Amino acid sequence: MIQIVKLHKSFAGHEVLKGVNLNIETGKITTIIGGSGCGKTVLLKHLNALLLPDHGQVIVDGVEISNLGQKNLNKIRHRFGVLFQGAALLDSMTIYDNVAFPLREKTGMDEGAIRKKVEERIYQVGLEGMGYKFPAEVSGGMKKRAGLARALIMDPEIVLFDEPTTGLDPLLGKSIHELIVKMHATFGFTGVIVSHDIPEVFTISDFVAMLSNGVIEEIGPTEEFLASHNPVVQQFIKGETQGPIRVL
Amino acid sequence: MISLLSQLGRWSLEWFSEMGKMFLFLISALVWVFRPPAKIYLIVQHIKSIGVDSLLVVIMSGFFTGMVMGLQGYYSLKKFNAESWLGSVVALTLLRELGPVLSAFMVTGRTGSAMAAEIGTMRITEQIDALYSMAINPIKYLVSPRIVAGLIAMPLLTAIFDVVGIYGAYLIGVGLLGVSSGSYFSGMENSVVFRDVYVGFLKSVSFGLIITWICCYKGFNTSPMATGVSRATTESVVLSFIMVLVWDYFLTSVLL
Repeated sequence: MIQIVKLHKSFAGHEVLKGVNLNIETGKITTIIGGSGCGKTVLLKHLNALLLPDHGQVIVDGVEISNLGQKNLNKIRHRFGVLFQGAALLDSMTIYDNVAFPLREKTGMDEGAIRKKVEERIYQVGLEGMGYKFPAEVSGGMKKRAGLARALIMDPEIVLFDEPTTGLDPLLGKSIHELIVKMHATFGFTGVIVSHDIPEVFTISDFVAMLSNGVIEEIGPTEEFLASHNPVVQQFIKGETQGPIRVL
Repeated sequence: MISLLSQLGRWSLEWFSEMGKMFLFLISALVWVFRPPAKIYLIVQHIKSIGVDSLLVVIMSGFFTGMVMGLQGYYSLKKFNAESWLGSVVALTLLRELGPVLSAFMVTGRTGSAMAAEIGTMRITEQIDALYSMAINPIKYLVSPRIVAGLIAMPLLTAIFDVVGIYGAYLIGVGLLGVSSGSYFSGMENSVVFRDVYVGFLKSVSFGLIITWICCYKGFNTSPMATGVSRATTESVVLSFIMVLVWDYFLTSVLL
């Protein structure tokens, strides 16, 4: 389980997270929704210590990760896979080399074993035969698939998805959601998704949390969340401009 | 008056803070050079991009610099009937000063700016975050190999600049203006000592460090906005030029 306790984070005097409390259940998919610029990605980046809190704690299976030394932090990070918003593939490498990269850098596997595993992941995400291409030569959807293959190559226990369908058309977005569900069924990881893709993202989520004004406004199993009487939640998921959330 | 003082104080604090960050960045990069596993393939790759890819521009600038020195040197020395010293003047100036400094400028413009832009783009497209998330230290992966490559490539490029420059001045001085070939080379042979070569070598190695350090630092700390990469690139080039000249003065005054 990942526990986020009273998490505060400011940038240049502007407090983005104002005491976030959130528990993420092991083996389930939890989606964090919220308005643009409300701090969802900032919150996500605290989960594997890409950002460190000003105050508060992030506890992964009983280990508080904010104060860990580099060696122990690396051990924690090995348990995570991350699919970044723009996939963040290294653009000097082919898709194959991007997926193989963590294995080459962090394991002593021989090239034959690496090839077998990389080709398996590339096949699983539907990019068979595309491994020789560079990131600049493939579409946004393919980049996301390649990013997911790289995120899963070390068999992580926890996978973080930063807006996995942003910039994709509805069909491609749906195919990425289906891929996440398929990979979750195959690998059984704990998934944390940050998304704007409402209502589609609800179909793949076990839990939904809403971040608003720097705190978690509401969290619960997806059905309960959707049935919430909280006017902030209802305004956001219905996409209404009138209500407690001020729309500029 | 108080607001001016407070502004000055703020600038000073920012300047010292930035300097501190830059030195910590350099120390971290140098420490990672010695931590296994060695990234030999990355070092070789960056020697190619710093060294081989800058070769043409270094040869061109060395050749024309030498030709200009041949012309200017000849007309200055002729006033004192000392044209036979042309080879000596050209060699000493190139070996001790112009070779290291001008090739450092060429490498900054050709490769340093590209280095800052490439790392800056990696920063704003979250590729550096991706390295962290894979438990791969981006300083070891992106910065340390470039610094080692700079230390190796820069003296080699400077040596090529010096040789090509001496040949350019020879073409003008001997081929065009009639200085005797024998006096051109014998003057050079009599006046150039090992220390001159050593000073030039030391300068070029330190310039290699300065350029890769500053360009990597600026790229690594690119701000995540539309103008971030262009600003990092400009700042890296300008600061590298200034630091090369400042360090050149310091080294010259110590090693003269």
